[in-house]
Amino acid sequence: MNLTLRVWRQDGPDRPGRFETYEMRDVSPDMSFLELFDTLNERLVAEGREPVAFDHDCREGICGSCSMMINGRPHGPERGTATCQLHLRKLPDGATITVEPWRAAGFPIVRDLVVDRSAFDRIVEAGGYITAPTGSAPDANEILVPKEVADAAMDAAACIGCGACVAACPNGAAQLFTAAKYAHLSLLPQGQPERWRRVVGMVREMERWFGSCTNHGECETACPKEISIDVIAMLNRDFVRAQLRNRAPAAQRA
Amino acid sequence: MGTIDLDPKVPPGPLQEKWDHHRFSVKLVNPANRRRFTVIVVGSGLAGASAAATLGELGYRVELVTFHDSPRRAHSIAAQGGINAAKNYRNDGDSIQRLFYDTIKGGDYRSREANVYRLAQVSVQIIDQCVAQGVPFAREYGGLLDNRSFGGAQVSRTFYARGQTGQQLLLGAYQALARQIAAGTVRLWNRTEMLDLVTHEGRAVGIIARDLVTGELRRFSGHAVVLATGGYGNVFFLSTNAKASNATAIWRAHRRGALFANPCFTQIHPTCIPASDEFQSKLTLMSESLRNDGRIWVPARVGDDRAPHEIPEDERDYFLERRYPAFGNLVPRDVASRAAKREVDAGRGVGPLRNGVYLDFSEAIARLGRPLIEERYGNLFQMYERITGEDPYVVPMRIYPAVHYTMGGLWVDYNLMSTVPGLYVLGEANFSDHGANRLGASALMQGLADGYFVLPATISDWLAPLLGTPLVPTDDPVFAATEAATSERIHRLLSVRGRRSVDHFHRELGRILWDHCGMERSAESLDKAISDIPALREEFWTDVRVPGGEEHLNQSLEKAGRVADFLEFAELLVRDARHREESCGGHFRVEYQTPDGEALRNDAEFAYVAAWEWAGEGAEPVLHREPLRFEAVQPTQRSYK
Repeated sequence: MNLTLRVWRQDGPDRPGRFETYEMRDVSPDMSFLELFDTLNERLVAEGREPVAFDHDCREGICGSCSMMINGRPHGPERGTATCQLHLRKLPDGATITVEPWRAAGFPIVRDLVVDRSAFDRIVEAGGYITAPTGSAPDANEILVPKEVADAAMDAAACIGCGACVAACPNGAAQLFTAAKYAHLSLLPQGQPERWRRVVGMVREMERWFGSCTNHGECETACPKEISIDVIAMLNRDFVRAQLRNRAPAAQRA
Repeated sequence: MGTIDLDPKVPPGPLQEKWDHHRFSVKLVNPANRRRFTVIVVGSGLAGASAAATLGELGYRVELVTFHDSPRRAHSIAAQGGINAAKNYRNDGDSIQRLFYDTIKGGDYRSREANVYRLAQVSVQIIDQCVAQGVPFAREYGGLLDNRSFGGAQVSRTFYARGQTGQQLLLGAYQALARQIAAGTVRLWNRTEMLDLVTHEGRAVGIIARDLVTGELRRFSGHAVVLATGGYGNVFFLSTNAKASNATAIWRAHRRGALFANPCFTQIHPTCIPASDEFQSKLTLMSESLRNDGRIWVPARVGDDRAPHEIPEDERDYFLERRYPAFGNLVPRDVASRAAKREVDAGRGVGPLRNGVYLDFSEAIARLGRPLIEERYGNLFQMYERITGEDPYVVPMRIYPAVHYTMGGLWVDYNLMSTVPGLYVLGEANFSDHGANRLGASALMQGLADGYFVLPATISDWLAPLLGTPLVPTDDPVFAATEAATSERIHRLLSVRGRRSVDHFHRELGRILWDHCGMERSAESLDKAISDIPALREEFWTDVRVPGGEEHLNQSLEKAGRVADFLEFAELLVRDARHREESCGGHFRVEYQTPDGEALRNDAEFAYVAAWEWAGEGAEPVLHREPLRFEAVQPTQRSYK
């Protein structure tokens, strides 16, 4: 099949960007979208030009590295699929495809299609964990977790931290990412002792980097792991409850 | 060459008491003094993240270096099926002794007894730790933990979180790490790649790393250096490893004096999606857990082109169930892989390229119902559908073996210290626990055992006597000299300006290794590889083209350095395979097999760890041997019949 690629090229964070167009002839429909970029890059190297920089690693849809905006949709047209798992057979032959990096204030561009997502790490550092120093745990079966609760926690924990939710959001909000991690931990019995301090810490940190959620729901549609926006309701509700309960330490309330 | 001390430092006493005894005998660092020590941890997978988090909790100062944009992206995240532990929650006869025995036997008696026993002991604590952290393991309706079975075991001891166990365990370790980063005990250096080890007076004192965004070379000084940088499976180009996984950190450490053990012990995983075309960039694993419910078969007749549902039962060959009735589809990986290869080589392969065998769930779906199969394997089935465009609920999966894991790695003693004092190696990067073949669900176990429990207990023995010893300053000449060598190498890569891409050379190297040092090896094929690899290396250094410069994000340059190291390392791998004139586990020499085609070990001559010493450019590596002594188990020929 044949495709025309319009790819965003940008030499560095403070440099102007532009689209460049590449004709891809006779590519196999069984190729993955990233293999299309491998092929393009081989060609660019052969022509003595610089290949397109893009984040990728596992190519199995689990590491969350790949992050391409394909025709205006994070990870492209297929629901529940990361860029690396998108295969060309899902695209129309002869199409022109525009590929951009995630566009969000919280994700500054590093180069070409590579963005800096370390704000996500900062949100987790602000409370996205259960304090359990190594060696201090009781026997695993002493903590009973009803199957429904474990399943719901796992649904939320499936987040791969790719940032598609932020890229899809008209406000550049990170509610789905934050809420998925929050819900995973706060649904479980192990997560209860730190619940109220966790919600305040994570939300405050999120707001330092990202826009506000106004319930567009684009994030859920874009999520390659199809995480439900129900988790956002839990985050918002708990954030309000944490204020009322007045259980967050004074330092965090300031 | 100085004399090399290959003392494994196995503690005295009965096997069951060694670890206890050892923890009592090591020197300790008092809590108030721990912040006076700096430990550099390289790699943020299960082993690196758990080690860094735990050392931080203990109060050491940790510098964590990872080439990923976030520690959470390390390749441990892709492990699917599960993690073993000798909990015996199923009441099916499991015990520490049995997990130890299964692991030693599964490794074809090429691992160190004391290390493996400790692994089995610690496995129990790992599950406790992970549950406390909130890892959402699968549960029974009563709220207790669920288990499943994996290859090479007749008990159900594998804990799992759907098909994303590695992801959930890594996120647990990553979150513990995040807590320490927030607490200030761990400093995170992301998008920073270790390019060399700095040694001073024979001990490890730091590393040189490149900031992948700015290109700047950074010097890190520490009282100890911990490598948790994963395996070298990508030397084959096509493997199930993530694209960036590489051997540079361990190879550079090897060149600085760390012996490299058993590099020829590579694992070919039986259940991967067969290659579909020449553009393929990597192979995708389908979890071994699928073998719990899927049945593996090929058409009995050579060249049978009918669709799978048109082939009647009596014209199918369930070759694993036929050849290994006791373990059936759950034989260990090396055995399953070779059996599949034999069928495909005999012309009974399936699929458009005739390069696969069927993994069929129709019986399990009929017996258990589709919802249960969906619950157990839903994400794996979805992944298969994405890649192949076929629905495995309707059409049997096609699978074929692919390079997956490497048992070899830097040699370490019982404390996980390499032959360079102060240099520790954890997880897949070391050689220690899996012998010649790793059992399924044991990689996660080892990574977390090393990081959460073993290293934090043993490193104090090295650090305690260094109390009051200042760090070697980063402006010391040893740092300057190592940095200069790194810089010179980068310039060399950029200045070749040849005609071929880095990937071209990587693909070629992979082809040589897969053809001559893959699932089956012979003296002849290995000799061929030994002559082909240096020629390819030579060509690389005269004809590679690395576009761009060094002072910005340059992924071609990153790859070039890694492939250059693979081109050196590959030769060692092949030499090791050539010297080991026996078959064991994943190392199958066609000259050494039993009449029915199983691996034939030679315990009289090869019951040792082969630890190779770097002897300089162009010189042949020097072999050192650590004899393996078996006291608790009696090596026998493995039988899964």
